[in-house]
Amino acid sequence: MTKAFNWLLPHPILTLLLAVVWTLLQNSVSAGMVVFGVILGIIIPLMTAAWWPDRPQGFRLGKMINYSLIVMWDILVANIEVAKIVLFVPVADLKPAWIIIPLDLKEPEAITILAGTITLTPGTVSADLSDKGHSLLVHVLHTDDPDAEVATIKSRYEARLKEIFV
Amino acid sequence: MIETIGLVCVGILLLIGAGFALVGAIGLLKLPDSMTRLHAPTKVGTVGIGALLLASMIHAWVLGAGSFHEVLIMAFLFVTAPISANFLAKTNMHKNACDTPPKPPRDDTWSTYAVPAHDGALTQKMDDKPAAKG
Repeated sequence: MTKAFNWLLPHPILTLLLAVVWTLLQNSVSAGMVVFGVILGIIIPLMTAAWWPDRPQGFRLGKMINYSLIVMWDILVANIEVAKIVLFVPVADLKPAWIIIPLDLKEPEAITILAGTITLTPGTVSADLSDKGHSLLVHVLHTDDPDAEVATIKSRYEARLKEIFV
Repeated sequence: MIETIGLVCVGILLLIGAGFALVGAIGLLKLPDSMTRLHAPTKVGTVGIGALLLASMIHAWVLGAGSFHEVLIMAFLFVTAPISANFLAKTNMHKNACDTPPKPPRDDTWSTYAVPAHDGALTQKMDDKPAAKG
């Protein structure tokens, strides 16, 4: 039974996501469309499985939702900060800097989410990954203490992502 | 009554969204080089567009024709925006339009500089062009 379940739904969360996106695209909830969404959600992961050999095994949805809420709040707060920098800090006083974040994360999916989070949180853009994937290059718009920025990103985001992908 | 409250919310959200979009545009004009300019529109855009989409959603719900498409727009925007910012940053690194980034501590180089041998001739040609600076 478990085996059949695993074969049919190699990636249950992707299935759920596809079904929800399909239903949202319809813009109205009807039984037929939900069923069709679920069918798509089953077929698409099966057909694309060959291109995704090392998918992450453990994924905690609850912690991911928690993480998304934290990130959304941070986006809001940091947006106001960047707006202040843009409006009130004179160009001559601006201190842009490159910072390097040493990565403890191994999974490409987790690193992608971390890089995306860093770019979405205003004031920082993730620019590149080192060739073997051990550090992340980030550009900061305005900072007095680059080391503090690294510490914040590591404790606030990376530590949480480590708990999501186990 | 509910309609009035809803419409007031819509108005406030539209103002917030427009305000953030304006700040993004000011940043684009004011900031000095292409790497810092990257920060203003991509960032301020997320809240600006978020507020505008929320306004659109409340408007649709208050007037009776509820819509969830805005949630999808938001989700896809959040997934795709970092990727374009990432490409712009890498282009800046290649064009030397910014300070040269420090070397990574553990690995050899940044992956955008690590070119496979058979692609070498192609990038050579690109690097020969004089870098447009300033």
